Amino acid sequence: MASRDDIKFLSNPNLGKDKKKYCRFKKFGIRHVDYKDADFLLQFINPQGKLLPRRITGNSLKYQKKVAIAVKRARHLGLLPYVADLLK
Amino acid sequence: MRQYEITFIIDPVLPGDEMKAAAKAYEKLIGDEGCTIVNIDDVGLQQLAYPINKKNSGIYKCIEFQTDAGDVIPKIELAMRRDERIMRFLTVKLDKYAIKYNEDSRNGLIGTNKKASTKKEPEEVKTFVRKDDLTLIEGVGPKASKLMRVSGITSYTALSAKTPNELKDILTKGGPAFAGIEPSSWPDQAQLAADGKWTELNKLKASLVNGIVVVDAEEE
Repeated sequence: MASRDDIKFLSNPNLGKDKKKYCRFKKFGIRHVDYKDADFLLQFINPQGKLLPRRITGNSLKYQKKVAIAVKRARHLGLLPYVADLLK
Repeated sequence: MRQYEITFIIDPVLPGDEMKAAAKAYEKLIGDEGCTIVNIDDVGLQQLAYPINKKNSGIYKCIEFQTDAGDVIPKIELAMRRDERIMRFLTVKLDKYAIKYNEDSRNGLIGTNKKASTKKEPEEVKTFVRKDDLTLIEGVGPKASKLMRVSGITSYTALSAKTPNELKDILTKGGPAFAGIEPSSWPDQAQLAADGKWTELNKLKASLVNGIVVVDAEEE
């Protein structure tokens, strides 16, 4: 039988609090997205190597476009994969 | 004045001097076309994210240059397309933020830790002579062998040519972590390894504790 402690969090306790998403480029004043920095770009792609949507990364439109270009350049140069599995 | 950056991947299968010749040829080509080269970044041998031309690694090089005439770009790209040594290339026009970013990263202002660590590894790769596994020597761990490589000792022969005092100097310069290591037996061990006398080396290693010859083993 589940004890009282186990059923404490039947729903996600963080559900109610809205954590505001933000654009990290704007927040930290990064003006340029470097296509050679594959480790950094890894933050914007999913384990399959696909670009994550703005909805998840919180990037502003301006920088999401730049990220997309940088990821595509990195792929061309073999720094990031076009298709992957379990990338992260 | 426009600033461009051309990154290309050189075939890693080529012999060392031909690789350098390929890189030099493009530096020269860019220079001859009347461009001023701002910076050359030798990234070095890197794993590719996916195989290109059936190869899994490549030598990356990035040249940043300024020019007034945009018509040099097609010339350089045509040369690269015709060149079998170049696996991939990418030319990018840099905007003012990119120029600033590159300048900052050269001065170590961006991601200092990351840059420092990535800078070190290519250096190791460049000394591509033929690296022996120095950790097979009793007393040399992974860290110490890295230190040795950075100091230019990449093979058993090179290690055997050093005197214990010289090795001690290198270790003390390497930092406090290496202070307790006793390298007096390393040249002898390396000599055996260089000659391929592995059984003798193993016998010697068995008689060593922390790199110091145990007394009763010397009677042999």
